Amino acid sequence: MTIAPILRTIEVAVPPERAFELFSSRMHDWWPIGHSISDDPRVAIEMEPHVGGWWGQIGEKGTRSQWGKGLAWNPPGRLLLAWQINAEWQFDPALVTELELSFTPVGRNSLVTLEHRDLERFGESAEKIVEQLRNGWPGVIHAFADLADGRLECAPACSTD
Amino acid sequence: MTNAMQPLDALADPTRRAIFERVAKRPQSVGELAADLPVSRPAVSQHLRTLKEAQLVIDQAQGTKRIYRIDPRGLALMRAWLDDHWGEALRAFQKFTDEEGI
Repeated sequence: MTIAPILRTIEVAVPPERAFELFSSRMHDWWPIGHSISDDPRVAIEMEPHVGGWWGQIGEKGTRSQWGKGLAWNPPGRLLLAWQINAEWQFDPALVTELELSFTPVGRNSLVTLEHRDLERFGESAEKIVEQLRNGWPGVIHAFADLADGRLECAPACSTD
Repeated sequence: MTNAMQPLDALADPTRRAIFERVAKRPQSVGELAADLPVSRPAVSQHLRTLKEAQLVIDQAQGTKRIYRIDPRGLALMRAWLDDHWGEALRAFQKFTDEEGI
């Protein structure tokens, strides 16, 4: 069973070189607050700029919580990452799903395309989600609904296809 | 709208959410669900159809009844969740490049 990849595009008002740099080295400054994989409040996000490089968050108390790693590092056009957070929002070294970012010039701007693939690899932990739902995972349904409501405020520039 | 968005849209409706929560607790029939909720049986059926299209529930014949249960794959939720997660992340990135980009 395969699952269609998630594909998202957005245009940003900087050239690819700058977009790549801001995306990879300033992630902490723009990454939405919200779901965290650690109780230790996030003070930094680190992405080591090379293949196999550590990618994750660093907490106030110094806790290092890995999200994944670099799989290909080709500035300014392409960044391939492994997203290794499972359905329970925890790092799982055995789980590798690919997250590919591409930065293409559009005039003086860039088109940023995000593709998250190999989603069927979540299969096992997705079953755990269902298990948790049966046991009344607190608030999860409402959280999903809140996300859905938030999505309705999506800016015209964002695309869902 | 893509199929990816369906699970979240389906759960944005409070009645459907109530139905989904009940089915998540215990597989049951339309009749049982209708008895437990302030909505008519045809309305429950309609909501279940939407949940089924969103791959949140599946049904199975049991005698003359159809029993609804959570879709064991659970992947529709996962995918929708991630889709939203990345959408939010990219919008945040776009905003940041507007502020800091030059």
